[in-house]
Amino acid sequence: MIYREAGDFKTGYREDGQTFPIKLDRWAYYGVLAVAFGIIPFVINDYWASAVLVPFLIYAIAAMGLNILTGYAGQVSLGTGGFMAVGAYAVYKLMTAFPDVNIVIHILLAGFVTAFVGMLFGLPSLRIKGFYLAVATLAAQFFLVWLFNKVPWFYNYSASGQITAPERTFLGEAVTGPASSAPAKYLICLGFAFVLAWLARNLTRGMLGRKWMAIRDMDIAAEIIGVNPLGAKLSAFAISSFFIGVAGALLFAVYLGAAEVGEAFGINKSFLVLFMIIIGGLGSIFGSFAGAAFLVLLPVLLKNLLVGSLGWPTDLAAHLELMIVGALIVFFLIVEPHGLARLWALAKDKLRLWPFPH
Amino acid sequence: MDQLIYATEVLLNGLMTGVMYALVALGFVLIFKASGVFNYAQGVLALFAALTLVGIQQGQIPFAHMINAMFGTHLETFGWTVPSLVAILLTAMVMVVLAFLIEKLVLQHLVGQEPIILFMATIGLAYFLEGLGDVMWGADIKTLDVGLPQGISETIEGVTADWFGYGFFIDRLDLWATAIAAALVAALVAFAQYTKQGRAMRAVADDHQAALSVGISLRFIWVMVWSIAGFVALVAGIMWGTKSGVQFSLSLIALKALPVLMLGGFTSIPGAIVGGLIIGVGEKLFEFLIGPMIGGATENWFAYVLALIFLVFRPQGLFGERIIERV
Amino acid sequence: MTLKFTALVAAGLMAAAPAMADLVVPNLSYRTGPYAANGIPYADGFNDYFTLLNERDGGIGGERIQVPECETAYNTEKGVECYESLKGQNPLVMNPLSTGITYQLIPKVGFDGIPLYTPGYGRTSAKNGKVFEWVFNAPANYWDGASVAVKHILDQEGGDLNGKKIALVYHNSAYGKEPIRTLQELSEKHGFELLELPVDAPGQEQKSQWLQIRRDKPDYVIMYAWGVMNQVAIQEAVNIRFPMDHMIGIWWSGSENDVKPAGAGADGYKALTFHGVGQDYPLYDDMKTHVLDAGKASGAGDQVGTVLYSRGAYAALVIAEAIRKGQEVAGTSQISAAQLRDGFEALDITAERMDELGLPDFGQPVKLSCENHGGDGLARLQQWSASEEKWTLITDFIEPDEEVLAPLIAEDSAAYAAEAGVTERCN
Repeated sequence: MIYREAGDFKTGYREDGQTFPIKLDRWAYYGVLAVAFGIIPFVINDYWASAVLVPFLIYAIAAMGLNILTGYAGQVSLGTGGFMAVGAYAVYKLMTAFPDVNIVIHILLAGFVTAFVGMLFGLPSLRIKGFYLAVATLAAQFFLVWLFNKVPWFYNYSASGQITAPERTFLGEAVTGPASSAPAKYLICLGFAFVLAWLARNLTRGMLGRKWMAIRDMDIAAEIIGVNPLGAKLSAFAISSFFIGVAGALLFAVYLGAAEVGEAFGINKSFLVLFMIIIGGLGSIFGSFAGAAFLVLLPVLLKNLLVGSLGWPTDLAAHLELMIVGALIVFFLIVEPHGLARLWALAKDKLRLWPFPH
Repeated sequence: MDQLIYATEVLLNGLMTGVMYALVALGFVLIFKASGVFNYAQGVLALFAALTLVGIQQGQIPFAHMINAMFGTHLETFGWTVPSLVAILLTAMVMVVLAFLIEKLVLQHLVGQEPIILFMATIGLAYFLEGLGDVMWGADIKTLDVGLPQGISETIEGVTADWFGYGFFIDRLDLWATAIAAALVAALVAFAQYTKQGRAMRAVADDHQAALSVGISLRFIWVMVWSIAGFVALVAGIMWGTKSGVQFSLSLIALKALPVLMLGGFTSIPGAIVGGLIIGVGEKLFEFLIGPMIGGATENWFAYVLALIFLVFRPQGLFGERIIERV
Repeated sequence: MTLKFTALVAAGLMAAAPAMADLVVPNLSYRTGPYAANGIPYADGFNDYFTLLNERDGGIGGERIQVPECETAYNTEKGVECYESLKGQNPLVMNPLSTGITYQLIPKVGFDGIPLYTPGYGRTSAKNGKVFEWVFNAPANYWDGASVAVKHILDQEGGDLNGKKIALVYHNSAYGKEPIRTLQELSEKHGFELLELPVDAPGQEQKSQWLQIRRDKPDYVIMYAWGVMNQVAIQEAVNIRFPMDHMIGIWWSGSENDVKPAGAGADGYKALTFHGVGQDYPLYDDMKTHVLDAGKASGAGDQVGTVLYSRGAYAALVIAEAIRKGQEVAGTSQISAAQLRDGFEALDITAERMDELGLPDFGQPVKLSCENHGGDGLARLQQWSASEEKWTLITDFIEPDEEVLAPLIAEDSAAYAAEAGVTERCN
């Protein structure tokens, strides 16, 4: 009734090819942006920023990165944690070596460093496929973590190997270090998430994205129709790692403020981001956000509900939380194996006909 | 010469460790072969089995903590202990029930889905079982003792001391693990070759459709395979749990099995064993000989890098089925 | 429907509002995850001590103490979530029992003005109160531990370690790497050879490390382990028949959980500690009447008197004494976090005071000041008796080698001050 495309006429190819061809979608998108940029920064407090929104945005960036590699290009990777560590350590080295350069430039540079490392570890993908590749990327995960733990140069020879982010400002506001305010942290993450989502969306529907999808659907067939697998796979690894590197840099510098490689960027992180994109939906930008929201918010929500509202012992609540998260993952997969993004799309399809279905 | 003797000792120990890895990997291979599911929950299954075993053995009341928290009671144990063998049998039964429930509640609804979806479902399962194990039996560390001997084998030490002038260290637990693993594999092979159900299992592994068309019940096979995998997990849980106590970290042994699988191929039982041995020996020798030069703690990544190098030359693993791609 | 759901979600995400007017001492515990077995007794001891004060004395200075618990699972991100959610309740002090989370919180507490109390863990150089205004790590830290262990070995060897070999088996993380510098310095000073053997977390598989020990035959092993690594290490040491009384664990490698799985073989294993063990203290009579028998025990109530339980209770005790001191200094019972810091800096727990508290000879005298946030760093040794299944204290409190430690602490805290732009205080 309300949500429909009838009457929404397009008069040119540009209009027809836009990201949100349906008017209501477009409005909703602008609405979300307006709230995210215009309202939330004024009402956000430390708890909401540090416990909910900042990790959500950072994981959404990482999930978009992995989604490019896994969802669009079909290369399953379990090296996400390791690549995030590359981003984090790169930004740490850059921040401490060049304190006068703007932090945003450092974060972007950290992304490029990670892209390079990602490409290096992407090389075996030309020969190894499927689950075998997934496990092969674990080699990157474990090796990188070991390297950052072992070589003192990476953590500036500190006694315990921990890295701590010094204070850096952007436009006069501290965005890293303890003095950074909740809105500042939130806005810098939002800025990165927004720009990168826009980039990802447009990359994936352009020529590069189509190449990736061709490789994903069947690489031999793609090769026959003229897609260069070397270029397509390595570009997927590079761009994906860029996103993940930026996410890692933000995770360390803005969100955590201090990190220890084995704990903050261990194998669990790789799995977590993979879970996000599978729950959210493979090959969908919206899905990356939905999956990140699901796995960041749900535990916090359950914890506050069980401990805060019902007053249960924390250990019992934590165990039940695990059970509920696990059961929900299975439940979602049974109801809709293609993730929250597909669920969302189905809901929209139903809405188009509502209240007069066939 | 001394170095050579030390290295031999490490090599032997690596072989033993490899058997332990192979034991975990075996559970993965069984399920992957029969149902195409990459079972992420295998490690948690081992933890759950070991927790259940200790719980039954010591007569713990399941869910005691939750009941206490809800009703303010003070339940802890039934006050009896169960002999190890009976407890193992009871735990095996619990694992069969669990397999049945998994099939009924999860897998049945996901027939014909893509592998990655099934993989994801097992991740959900892993979360669930981890929470369930803790709620049922508590998260504190438990000592597992089913009467397996531990410590250095003095016979071997004595014999080698006579031969080389240096007594080798071999853990008796490792020897037992090797014997049990060998028996387990022999039993599995015999089962698969000579029984009706075993043949049906192989038929399903070969081709689901064809197996269905000759009247094999896919559901039954899946329950059976998951039960067997549960039993293998129990054996692995006993071995590892005896060594380190039963606690959360037991579920992380799954990570040790991944390079083994990669190397041996996901579909091959001999692959799991040979892969386990190569990884065990490789990582131990590397840590022992090269580790001290580059700062140690190399075992985690070395296994994967080793597997990666093998894979570059044989993308389907050592014993995996050749991947033939057609357009 | 959607609206309702959103409202529910929003309500769920909000941290529960605390009851005001009580003093809030949060317990950042972990009862799940890979280190649950260690986290549970510590959290129980911490809770029970404050329950005892509330039940027996009606709190401290007439103020009841509230101990909201927050589950971190030893995970830094959950630690941040806990910190932020507890921050809204005006907490007096944080005690996360995780070196990783401590490093995370050090800059944050400095900015928010909340004391961070990390007994026996965390950042060693936080002992320097000139740089770390809000962090306290009394009564002993990792470097003290390493130094005391070496001193004990010196005693055993008649004061000469020349040509001896000492192996350090450590958890390959911030925690395990802490003592390396100290031990390197000490090895230069005393002329022993140091072997460093890292074990990656979780530490389920340590065969190659212990085979190296078997090959190199160090005279002593010092161990910095945590979680499952403890049990496996002790088991492997038993397996290779390493003399257990030549193996010394840091206080985090010396709980009942760590030695019990190894059975009789672990007999004679030594570990450091900075407090007494067991239940032979008058305090436990009160604990029994007011907490345990009253059904108010934290958790399952089955951890009382264990090493980590005692440590949790001891941490609570020091915090309680600091609160008392803070009330005294500020002249009000309803103190703020900043006043508690003053209380910590004026803290003076004498041996007599420990007697009064019902814990004679349980802990060393602790006297802190603006400069010294770490106390004297004394530690003693306890030894495991497998037949009796209990720890026995075998030495008196031993002083660490300040001559070696002081310059290291000055150096490390200066590096932090330069990096974080802190100016020295207390001048």
